[in-house]
Amino acid sequence: MINVTIGQFVPGNSLLHRLDPRTKVVCVIATAIAVFIIASWYEFALLTGFVFLSMILTGISAKIFFRGLLSIWLLLAVTFFLQALLTPGEVWFGLGFLKVTKEGLAGGGQIFLRLVLLILIAFLLTLTTSPVNLTAALESILAPLRRVGVPTHELAMMMTIALRFVPTLLNEADKIAKAQRSRGAGFGSGGAMDRVKGLLPLFVPLFAGALRSAEELAVAMEARCYRGGANRTRMHSLTLKPEDYMTLLITFAILAITVWLRYT
Amino acid sequence: MPVIKVENLTHVYSRGTPFEVTSLDSVSLEIQRGEFYALVGATGSGKSTLVQHFNGILAPTGGNVRVCGIDVANKGLRRELWHRVGLVFQQPEHQLFEETVFDDVAFGPRNLGLNNAEVRERVIDALRLVDLDPEEVGRTSPFRLSGGMRRKAAIAGVLALRPEVLVLDEPAAGLDPVSRRQLMERIDRLRGERGITVVLVTHNMEEVARWADRVAVLHKGRLAMEAPPREVFNKTEELRALGLDVPATVELMLRLQARGLPVRADLLTIDEAVVEIARILNMERNMEMRQPGV
Repeated sequence: MINVTIGQFVPGNSLLHRLDPRTKVVCVIATAIAVFIIASWYEFALLTGFVFLSMILTGISAKIFFRGLLSIWLLLAVTFFLQALLTPGEVWFGLGFLKVTKEGLAGGGQIFLRLVLLILIAFLLTLTTSPVNLTAALESILAPLRRVGVPTHELAMMMTIALRFVPTLLNEADKIAKAQRSRGAGFGSGGAMDRVKGLLPLFVPLFAGALRSAEELAVAMEARCYRGGANRTRMHSLTLKPEDYMTLLITFAILAITVWLRYT
Repeated sequence: MPVIKVENLTHVYSRGTPFEVTSLDSVSLEIQRGEFYALVGATGSGKSTLVQHFNGILAPTGGNVRVCGIDVANKGLRRELWHRVGLVFQQPEHQLFEETVFDDVAFGPRNLGLNNAEVRERVIDALRLVDLDPEEVGRTSPFRLSGGMRRKAAIAGVLALRPEVLVLDEPAAGLDPVSRRQLMERIDRLRGERGITVVLVTHNMEEVARWADRVAVLHKGRLAMEAPPREVFNKTEELRALGLDVPATVELMLRLQARGLPVRADLLTIDEAVVEIARILNMERNMEMRQPGV
C-alpha cells in the first residue's frame, strides 16, 4: 500500500477538531508569520512550546506527526548542512575545505527549527480538519473577493473535489500497479528511458480512469441539479463559539509578543 | 499434492495506524492441483485480500502461504511466482494500456523475456482462448473495444503468461449472460486441456454450483465453511446468515419440499432439477393409477 500522511485527516473529537475551521486557518497563518519573525532562542522556545501544546491537545499520536516530518528529512538535512557549512564566522571545526562555523551552526539550527515548526503547524490544521471543512473555511474567508469577480465557490468546489480524489487515485494506482506487476512489470529498474517507459503501464490506465471518473462525477452532479454557488446553503453552517474566540485571542497574543520583541 | 497451501494466514492493513483493519484472521486451506476451487463471501469478507497472497502481491502479516512449493513471503522468488500464478483482478479491462490489443496481451510474455516468435505464438493462442480474432482485434486499440471484449482482452493478457494456477477475481461480473457462460466454459475447458488449477472468486452461486469442485465461504476474514458445493448449499440457513444465498435450483427444490413434494434439495444444475422433478411427477402419476378414484 502507498502511504501518505501529508494532508491526511485523522478523525477525532479534541478541542482542535472541534474548532471552527476558519479559526484554525487564521491561527495557522498568524502562527506561521510569528515563526518567520522570531529571532532569539527565547522566542523559539515560546513558539515551540505553543506548537507542542497544541499537538498534545489534538490527541493524535506523535508518531503520525513524526512520520510526516520524515517525508521531508532530505530537505531539512540539506538546508541545515548548507547553512552550517557556508556561513562565514568563527570556525568550530574543519575538515579540509569544509568548515563548520559557530554562526553557521546557530543559523542552520534556527532554519531547521523554523521549517519543522512550519510543517507541524500545517499538520495541526490538516490532521484535525476534514478536507470538506477546510475548503468551506477557505470559501468563507475568500468570500469578499466574490465582489471583484473571483469565482470563490467554484474554486472551493474544485479544491474539494481534487482533495476528495487524491486517496481514490492513490488506491487506483495501487491496484493498477499490482495488476501490472502480476504480469511481470518491473517498475523503476533499468536506465532512464526504460524507467519512463516502465511507467506507461501505470499512467495510461490511471489517466484513462481519472477521465472516466471525472465524467461520471459531472453526470452525477448534474443529475442532482448542481449549478454552482448561487444561493447555495450549507448543511453545517460555520459558527464561531467561545473557544474559537479564546484560541484566536491566545494566538494573536503570541503573534503580538513576537512582533513587540522583534521591533522594539 | 496441494498446489496452494495456506496456514493460519492473517492479514492486517495499515498496521500501527488509526486505520488498522484486520482483513484475514487465521485462515487455513489447501487447494489441489487441477482443482476448480471457488471462493465466496459477502462484500468485505476478505476474498480479494486472500487471493492477492497467491502470487505474492500481498505478503502475509501472520501465518504462511505456499504456492507450488514457493513461500510467497520470499521476495527473491516473487518473479518465479508471477510466472506460475496468473491473477486476473476485478475489472481487469481498466488495466489495458498499449496501443494495440496484441501489444497489450504481449506485455506479460515480453516481460518473461521470450523471443518474438514465442511471444507471437502465445498472444495468438491466448486471444483465441478468449474468442477474440487475433488478426482483426489484435490490431485495434483496446480503448475502441466494447466493455465485454476489453474484459476478454485483459484476461488474455494473463493467459498469455501460461500460468499453472489461474486466479480470477469476479471475472464475469458485469458481463451479459451469454459472455458470462462462454467465459466460464472456456476457463473450465482450459483446466481440462492444460491441467491448470482454477481459483474463482465470485458472488454468483449458479457459477459455483455449475463449475466448482469445492467452495470456501469466507465471513469477516475467517473461513466459515469449506466443502463441495452440494454440501455447502445444503446448509441454506447458515449461508443466509452469512449474507449469501443458494442457487435458484436449490431454492426451487426447497420450496417444492415446503409444499409437501418429496424432492431432493441437494441438486446443483437445472438439468439435475429437471430429472428430479420428472421423477417425482412420474411417481405421483403411478400412484394415481394404482388408486383409481382418489
